[in-house]
This record gives sequence, structure tokens and C-alpha cells, in this order.
Amino acid sequence: MQTLTATKEIKKKSQIITGAEAVILSLLEEGTETIFGYPGGAIMPIYDSLYGYQDRLKHVLTRHEQGAIHAAQGFARVSNMPGVVFATSGPGATNLITGLADAKIDSTPLVCITGQVPFSLLGTDAFQETDVISLSMPVTKWNYQVTKPEEIPAAIAKAFYIASSGRPGPVLIDITKDAQFASLSYDYKKCQGFRSYNPSPRIDENKVKEAAELINNAKRPYILFGQGVILSEAEKEFQAFVEKTGIPAAWTLLGLSALPTDHPLNVGMLGMHGNYGPNKLTNQCDVLIAVGMRFDDRVTGNLARYAKQAKVIHLEIDPAEINKNVKTDVPILGDAKKSLQMLIEQCHANEHTDWLEQFEELNDLEYKKVIQNELNPDKEGLTMGEVIRRVNDLTDGDAVIVTDVGQHQMVACRYAKFKKTKSNITSGGLGTMGFCLPAALGAKLGAPERQVVGVIGDGGFQMTLQELGTIFQTQAAVKIIILNNEFLGMVRQWQQLFFDKRYSSTELVNPDFVAVTKGFGIEASSVAERENLDVGLKTMFDHQGPYLLEVKVEKEDNVFPMVPSGASVDEIRLE
Amino acid sequence: MKKIFTIVIFTENKIGLLNRVTSLFTQRHINIESLTTSESEYDGIHRFTVVIEETEERTFKVVRQIEKQVEVLKAFCFTDEETVSSEIALYKIKLDDSVDSSSLQAVMDKHDAHVKEEVGKFLIIEKTGLKQETHVLFEALKPFGIQGFVRSGRVSLSKTISTFSKHLQELEAHSKEIISQ
Ligand SMILES: Cc1ncc(C[n+]2csc(CCOP(=O)(O)OP(=O)(O)O)c2C)c(N)n1
Repeated sequence: MQTLTATKEIKKKSQIITGAEAVILSLLEEGTETIFGYPGGAIMPIYDSLYGYQDRLKHVLTRHEQGAIHAAQGFARVSNMPGVVFATSGPGATNLITGLADAKIDSTPLVCITGQVPFSLLGTDAFQETDVISLSMPVTKWNYQVTKPEEIPAAIAKAFYIASSGRPGPVLIDITKDAQFASLSYDYKKCQGFRSYNPSPRIDENKVKEAAELINNAKRPYILFGQGVILSEAEKEFQAFVEKTGIPAAWTLLGLSALPTDHPLNVGMLGMHGNYGPNKLTNQCDVLIAVGMRFDDRVTGNLARYAKQAKVIHLEIDPAEINKNVKTDVPILGDAKKSLQMLIEQCHANEHTDWLEQFEELNDLEYKKVIQNELNPDKEGLTMGEVIRRVNDLTDGDAVIVTDVGQHQMVACRYAKFKKTKSNITSGGLGTMGFCLPAALGAKLGAPERQVVGVIGDGGFQMTLQELGTIFQTQAAVKIIILNNEFLGMVRQWQQLFFDKRYSSTELVNPDFVAVTKGFGIEASSVAERENLDVGLKTMFDHQGPYLLEVKVEKEDNVFPMVPSGASVDEIRLE
Repeated sequence: MKKIFTIVIFTENKIGLLNRVTSLFTQRHINIESLTTSESEYDGIHRFTVVIEETEERTFKVVRQIEKQVEVLKAFCFTDEETVSSEIALYKIKLDDSVDSSSLQAVMDKHDAHVKEEVGKFLIIEKTGLKQETHVLFEALKPFGIQGFVRSGRVSLSKTISTFSKHLQELEAHSKEIISQ
């Protein structure tokens, strides 16, 4: 965008500048190019400084701070760079809490900067004062309140270091307004470590040896992989490990896309709505190798009957995750990339044809009972699965798929095809409805060369639909698909299966989504019949800018297979 | 089975860390029986002493979560057999004609307590010891009319050689190693 002001030269070292300008310069030092945010009283000095750096720092003005932080999450997850967020004090800061919690549980690197009332007013219940440090404590990896301008460069350097090293996560820096106005002698030094934080534990070679021995002697070894593979950029090593050992590998929701979906050793999805074989055979393998995953309860089902027969090897960077849910025989603590490099060397080349065949047999069963009807239905109404199948065809499995939370999320993750890593973006640990629309926008800005497709339920869309305004303003060419079943589908499914079909407050009377979207200046259309689906999708993909397609799907379809809550993974139901 | 654990945490001296640590207990619905913070024997390093009653498994898990916090250097947990611990209790007794000072003295002697200070019409009695001991004295002083009572949190030292200084050296070496990479 053209601006009237002349932009500033980057300051040389040891110059006297304001705290606000130090914030901007520090961000530039860390390589930040995009900020998602929303201004207000307590952060105005920083916004004022930003005005002079618009040629180097792009600020995306969202329509809500929750939108800003989810967008930053989407940005971070496609790029592996920390997402940067600005918000003002009080309500601006509290609006970040959901996104912080989401980023914390899904290990997404974020640096959030909030303005705070002046130091002299702290604790006086001043206008727009909230104790954001205490509020955000359990949902940040680290947070810090800056009250003096000279603390700013070091605090930001530490924030970036902590956010992106070890097990990544969100950090928050709260800066009082007087510290933004006051001056300091500015010098920037990147943080490279400090004694009370050990992000990369030294890998124990003996453990690697022990693990390799178990793997080399295993008859029915089985790999479970999670987002750790993506976060440590270990995809190549991981694929090499899988191929050399010939071991079938299944993914968690966040591990999806770390290994191409069509890889012959990729046997599918774990967990509550995962694939039949991967869940059932968890209780038949003899060695379980977990790589960068944390045995979430949605993956394990009933822990008392989870893989009890197996020796467990756990490659994990976070010591607190070892033995947290599943007892581990051989923990390998450390970065997944390095651990895998060491492990590959010690593992023999192998094949496990008979064992792999068991996965194939169970997959055939699932195909006949579930997948076929979902992808190629012969009933009248559209299924969510067939929409995803057509998206796969039209994008050649090359798109970034961003999903919201609910049935559409499970269906999209079950059926989407991925060739490239960092292509599946979803709210896994927190299950935050409203995540998709802003996250898709952020993903598009983080990976402008890639096709970004958001898949959202009619419920979740209405939680953050104000971000259509941001999409319009930025013209980010995201493709949004609403899978409209006129229900809070996932909750309705549980009501049907476990609460005698008592549909308590799950039916939605929806607005005209096409009209709403067009009202925001974005092209949109709607399809309800199979014969129009392809045209609808093609129109969307052929359109130059952002586009929203509403697909009216069958109202009361259920997602299967399913591990009912409290059941063991081998009690997974096909219907 | 639940038992008493003393968790000793070494941290950087930073505002808000106490909050971060205690919220880990709150989140898991673990009641903190006592909590003390003080300087440690190392410059700039703080020591928290937290006493909880929990199962061994849940205690170990919360200790790992504590250790994971940025700016926490190390956390240890001990059973009562592994530590020497103490608490201080103060008792306020009103001195009036009804108080038989010789029998009060006898009670103090029996319980190894002493008068900390006499302030006007009050006696402040001090006793150090474990919770059971200060509690027994509380019961024994009841007939004299207790006007005020307070017990401190537990302080503990382990009976074995501290491994923390070695750990601290390793941490410092490791972070230098990362920096030089
Ligand atoms: C913020 C938030 N509130 C409530 C929920 C609980 N919840 C999980 S799935 C779901 C229904 C989602 O409905 P919709 O967006 O229409 O998607 P569908 O399941 O129909 O595909 C709800 C209410 C949630 N995950 N997040």
C-alpha cells in the first residue's frame, strides 16, 4: 500500500530511540515481515512507530484479536516461523486467550505483544487494565511484563528464542505505555540460550542403541507419528527411517502431511475417528515407536487397554511427555531430526510384508463399510467425503487444507491427500471452533504461492466470520468451503449415538451465507446437488481472488469409524 | 497411595514464577499443604519448598511439569525419610491472674519451647519442630487461653549430597555450548 510518509532507515546500533521504535526494530532483527493485530489506546505508540516502517513490515488489521492470533497460528504453521501478534491492553489482550491456549497445546510458535496501562497505573483498575500476565500464565510457554524501555530488545530476543526452540509455543510480552514512550539506547543481540531453559536435551546414544535393537528384532513393529516430525523439520529423515525399516506408520491429527498420504507404508490415521486398522492393530503390535507425538486421549482411547502387549519407544523433545500417559520402555529424549538420524544408522533394512497385509485387510473392510459410501455415495444427498475427494482431484493433492472443528474436520483429515508437509492445519488439542477462517487467511499470507483451502462447518464459520472483512481488505486468495449440514454436526452425532437422539440446541437456522459473503465484497456461490458440485468447485478454484463456496450436505450423516469415549482402540466401531 | 512429598525447586529470581508454579498444582487439583520461598545457597537463585500429599506417580508428573517451566532450573522431590525438616510455630498467651506461670513454664519445658518475647500483657512463645510437635504444644497450651497461633511453612534439606551444584554447572556449560554453536 502507498503511504504518504517517507519510511525510515533502519537505525544503526546504540542510537537513542523510543521503546515503541525498539519494538519495531527488534521485530525486524528477528526477520518478521508480517504482523497480525488490532490497535487501541495502550499500544498506540507502537502502532505509531510501525507507521514509519510500512515498507518492511506488513500489518494485517484483522476484525477481532482472536482473528489476529488464529491468523498468526496459520501463518506460523505453514512457514515454521513464529507468528507475531499485536493487541492493546484489557479487552484486546483478553481476546487473545483462546488463541494462546490453542497455540500452547498445539505447540505453535507465537510472539504476542500487548500494550499495558502506564506503570504508575498498574494495580489501580485503570481504564482497560487487566492483569494479562496472570491471565495468560497457564496458556503461554513464557510471558513477561516490560516496564522499562531498556528491557525491550532483550525481552523480544528472548521471546523469539523461547517461542521457536525446543517444543515451540506461544509467548507474550506486555509493555507498559510509558515504556513505549520513553527512550533507550538501542542495541540488539539475538538470544542464544540461558541456563534455566534447555530446549534441546542431549540425545542418549545408549537409548538409541536399545531402541534399534528392539526395532531390529521386532516381528510386528508399528510407528506412530505426530507434529514433532514437522516441527523439527525431520520429514526427510522420518521417511528414510520408515522406508529402511519397512515399518507401517500411522499419523495423529497434527502429524498428517509429514509423510505423503499415498506412501505405501502410510497406513492412515489414529484416534477417535481415525482408520480401522491403525486403531485395531495398536493392540497387536509388538514394538510401538512413537515419534514426536504425545499420546493424547483422543489417540489412545482407554489407556488401561492401550498397547499393553507392546514395548514402547518414544522419541520426544519434551521430558514431561515421557511416561505421562503411556509407560515407555525406551525413551529417546531430544530433537526428532537428530534422534532419527542416529536411529536410522543402527536399524537394519527390513520388510514386514505379512504384518503390512493385516493393515491392508482391515483397510479393505473399512473401505467396503465406510469409505466407499462416503467418497462415492449412491444416495441423493451430498456427503462431506465426496467434496473432499473432488478437492483432492482438483488440487492434485497439493493444497494446504485448513479445517475448523467438528465432523467436517474429521472427514477432511481422513480423506484429504497430501504430497507436501505443513499442509494440514487444524486446531487439534484445543478443538477451537472459529479457528479455520482466520487461520486460512494467515496460512495464505505465510505461503502465498500455495493453494489454501479452508473447510468449515456452518457452526464454526459463524464464530469468526467477521474475518471475511480482513480477507476482503487483504484480498488474500483463500478458498473457503462451508460444509453446511444445518447442525452443530459433531455434537448432534453424539446426541444421536449416546443421548437417545435428544437434539438439545444443536439445530442451526442459518443466514444466507452467499449473501453474507457477497456483502463483504467476496465472490461466493452455493451448491446442493451432485451434478453442480464440480462446477462449483472449479469456479472457486478458477477465480482469481478469495472465494467462498457453500455446499449443502446431508443433514444427519455421521462420521465413522469411531472409538466411543472410554472404549479401547480395538473396540473401534465401523457403524 | 498418597503420602507426604517435599518438592524443592530451584529457580531464577523472577516475578510471576511463583504464580506459574502454583498454578500447575491448582490445574491438577493438588492441595499445597505448605509453601516457602527463600534465597538459596547460590547467588541469584531462589528456592521454593512445597509440601503436598499425593501419590508418587502424580507427584513425579507434576515435578516434571514444574521443571519444564522456563526459568526453573531444577526440581527435586523427597519423602519425609529423605529430609530433615522443620517449621516454626508462635503462640500468643494472655498473662493475667488466672495463668499459673509455673505450670506454663512446665509445659514449655516439656515441649522444648521458649518465650520469644513478652509484650505488655502477652507472652509470645516459640517452638520449632514438625507439624505434629507444634500441634501437640497447641493442645497443651489451650487451657491457658491461646490468643493467637501461627505456623510457618516447612523448610527442608535433604539428607544426601546435593546434586544441584553439579546440575547447575552442567546447565551453564550446556547453554554455553548451544551459544557457541
Ligand atoms: C469454541 C467451541 N465451542 C464449542 C465446541 C464444541 N463443539 C465441537 S464440534 C461442534 C459442532 C461443530 O459444528 P459445525 O461447525 O457446524 O461443524 P460440523 O460438526 O457440523 O461439521 C461443537 C459445538 C468447540 N469445539 N469449540
